[in-house]
Amino acid sequence: MTTTNYDPRVLKAPHPVPGAPDNWKRFFSFNTDAKVIGIQYIATSLFFLLVGGLLAMIVRGELITPPADLVDPSVYNGLYTMHGTVMLFLFLFPILNGFNNLLIPTMIGAPDMAFPKLNAAAFWLVPVFATVLMGSFFAPGGPASSGWWSYPPMSLQNPLGHFINGEFLWILAVALSGISSIMGAVNFVTTIIRMRAPGMGFFKMPVFVWTAWAAQTIQLVGLPALTGGAVMLLFDLSFGTSFFRPEGGGDPVLFQHFFWFYSHPAVYVLVLPVFGIFSELFPVYARKPLFGYRFVAIASFGITFLSLIVWAHHMFYTGTPNWMRHIFMFTTMLIAVPTGVKVFAWLGTLWRGNLRLNTPMLFCLGGLFNFIFAGITGVMLATVPIDIHVGNTAFVVAHFHYVIFNTIGFGVFAGIYHWFPKFTGRMYYEGLGKVHFALTFIGATLNWLPIHWAGLLGMPRRVASYDPEFAIWNVLGSIGAFMLGVASIPFILNMVSSWARGPKAPPNPWRAIGLEWLLPSPPPAENFEDDIPTVISEPYGYGLGHPLVDDEKFYIRRSQEA
Amino acid sequence: MTTTAPKSGPNIGAIVIIAMAVAINLVIAKLMATWSYSWFPPQASTAAPFVDDLFALETGIGSFIFFGCTGVMGWVLLFNRADKYDESDGAPIEGNTKLEIIWTIIPLVTVFVIATYTMNVNMKLQNLGPKHKYVIGTDPTALVESDPIADVGPIDVIARQWSWEFIYPNGVRSSELHLPVDQRVNFRLTSEDVLHSFFVPAFRLKQDIIPGSVISYSLTPTKEGRFRLRDAMFSGAYFSQNQTDVIVESDQAYSDWLKTTAKRPLQPGLDPGRALYDRRIASGDKGWATVPPAPAPMVNDPGDPSIPHDA
Repeated sequence: MTTTNYDPRVLKAPHPVPGAPDNWKRFFSFNTDAKVIGIQYIATSLFFLLVGGLLAMIVRGELITPPADLVDPSVYNGLYTMHGTVMLFLFLFPILNGFNNLLIPTMIGAPDMAFPKLNAAAFWLVPVFATVLMGSFFAPGGPASSGWWSYPPMSLQNPLGHFINGEFLWILAVALSGISSIMGAVNFVTTIIRMRAPGMGFFKMPVFVWTAWAAQTIQLVGLPALTGGAVMLLFDLSFGTSFFRPEGGGDPVLFQHFFWFYSHPAVYVLVLPVFGIFSELFPVYARKPLFGYRFVAIASFGITFLSLIVWAHHMFYTGTPNWMRHIFMFTTMLIAVPTGVKVFAWLGTLWRGNLRLNTPMLFCLGGLFNFIFAGITGVMLATVPIDIHVGNTAFVVAHFHYVIFNTIGFGVFAGIYHWFPKFTGRMYYEGLGKVHFALTFIGATLNWLPIHWAGLLGMPRRVASYDPEFAIWNVLGSIGAFMLGVASIPFILNMVSSWARGPKAPPNPWRAIGLEWLLPSPPPAENFEDDIPTVISEPYGYGLGHPLVDDEKFYIRRSQEA
Repeated sequence: MTTTAPKSGPNIGAIVIIAMAVAINLVIAKLMATWSYSWFPPQASTAAPFVDDLFALETGIGSFIFFGCTGVMGWVLLFNRADKYDESDGAPIEGNTKLEIIWTIIPLVTVFVIATYTMNVNMKLQNLGPKHKYVIGTDPTALVESDPIADVGPIDVIARQWSWEFIYPNGVRSSELHLPVDQRVNFRLTSEDVLHSFFVPAFRLKQDIIPGSVISYSLTPTKEGRFRLRDAMFSGAYFSQNQTDVIVESDQAYSDWLKTTAKRPLQPGLDPGRALYDRRIASGDKGWATVPPAPAPMVNDPGDPSIPHDA
């Protein structure tokens, strides 16, 4: 097979912008190649991981002793508000969009995204809203300081009375982030539905593509609610309306409905692609097919559907009537079923495997270990009487970080190490990777496990000072947090030195199965260009002895000769 | 030529190992459930035992699942590692429909059992009154009906940035909350500025206080002592200072306190954020902007923050 067996039903993206630079400068240009955009997203978000981590260090520094003695309490509030916002909107969402950009086209055999210019525009909004958000540090009165959820009426308090203030810039940044994410979501969903290689039916797609699709569907349904709520909040703050102001007859609890309608599912927007990463990596490093592939794929949409009807569990103690609390308790707990299906499937994949414990696999195993724990505390939080006691305490913060860092963060690192050779063309240093994993696993556990007990004892969240009975748990937590800070050093060293001088990577260093591994490392501008392979098997055929695509040897040879 | 018949009958060795693992896991889960009671402050309300029992149940089930799943991971890590130069594949098992259906149904049933049990527990807590919205400037307390089965109250609880004020039916005002033991008390919760939350960890109870709404809330303390009332809903700069004590005492001590306190003149009550705010102003207001604390409430009994609390 030499020339085209190109399926005309597959939507073909326009060529990249003519004359786009082909050297390192491409990462600083309006480049429309999804792989360049993917790396732009990932590099930008890793920078903001450091910024958000630095803010977290100050927060944990404050909490290492009971009194508020490191920073002024209002400064503390600004710091943790910005920590949360930076980590969510400038680290996690962008980095997963980076993965989507790198992986979706290469995994489904598409030359690029469906709308390459929209894709580049979505990325370039990130530095724009990052500047707006960071600019709020210099706004009169300081940055937003009412928590990442920005509940009114406190978020509407504007002590200095300036029109431009931290909260104003914060809402603007969140709205711009929402616009960027919607642009991305339209692109990812269209690409997945319309641009799959010939033969790639939905049940031949890799699970990462399934989970990205499920996650981006949540963005399309949920984000308009948050954006609407944010616009109303901005009107209340800056133009004197009373959607949420009680003095004008507004209801502050209404904002909580808008906020959580999106912001609870947002966690699934983040965790679903990480489930995808786990599902891709376990088969590779256990050398086994993904156990119950179809169940795992369908469970993704089970999570999507349920995630849209759970938001009121954040309001069990706001005066919500019992009948409503019971309904939302049920829907929230039901999410344990599709997530449980996934966990059991991963365990089934590991069972009787032939495990290789290199860095990506270690991060996957660590992430899964933490996620099982987070899932259990999640069910506890869903049950009304427990939530009434531990809601808004450190227990919630600990549970949340077990999901958001100890699971999602671990999945992100696993993905970075796993696909690093493919997209940079270089191998990373395994030793540094393992040091990174060890420090991260111990640091993350020490950071967040003890905080659960502070919460059970009744320590509220978001406090700058606390009673001495909570001290031991917070000291342990802070030591863990500083350890996480130290863990970033081997990671940065590894990434920078490997990309600059690491050994050249072969096209398929892990002997993985998937369309992206049939491409050279790094893949050329339009991936398979017109020679798009015809997919003939389900993914993850480890040990089954059948090829993934028609004429597989041709693609393997071509990738090696490139 | 003879053919080897597929091995039939159960694998006794595997069954014994699995049975032993499950038994050990059950013991650990039971121990974790028992241990979980010690993770809480003392039980000081009628709600607390229900909450702790439910939590112990969930800790037990959760531990069983956690150690079961991570035990499998541990087993795999010990016995299914590839040797250094081993490039072979693992067992090519793609799935098992029966097993997949079973492990979908078991969590589903577990979830339904826990949820049904939780609904029963939640109905027993019996503490949530309806939320009534009122027009700012009118009397919020006129709207809400008090709890017909309460023995004491309604006590008005007013939350501010950053202080608590309690007004008893006989007009006495205090900064610390006094309650008689073993009597159902009804509260009317209001806020004068932003969201706050009425949270007493020893009672295992929490209720948000929403400006523009008045909420009728009831509970029954069951243990004498001095317990911490914490604002659990982030309310701004001095949020972490917004705490006071709940003093649960005998019926006699409570009545005596009400009588003697009624004779005391009004004076400024507890205002824990004030000292920090004054220090900030004195040092040139270097923090990021904050609203100034509300004036200290005028009360008959300002309480004594220096007395250590029990929980």
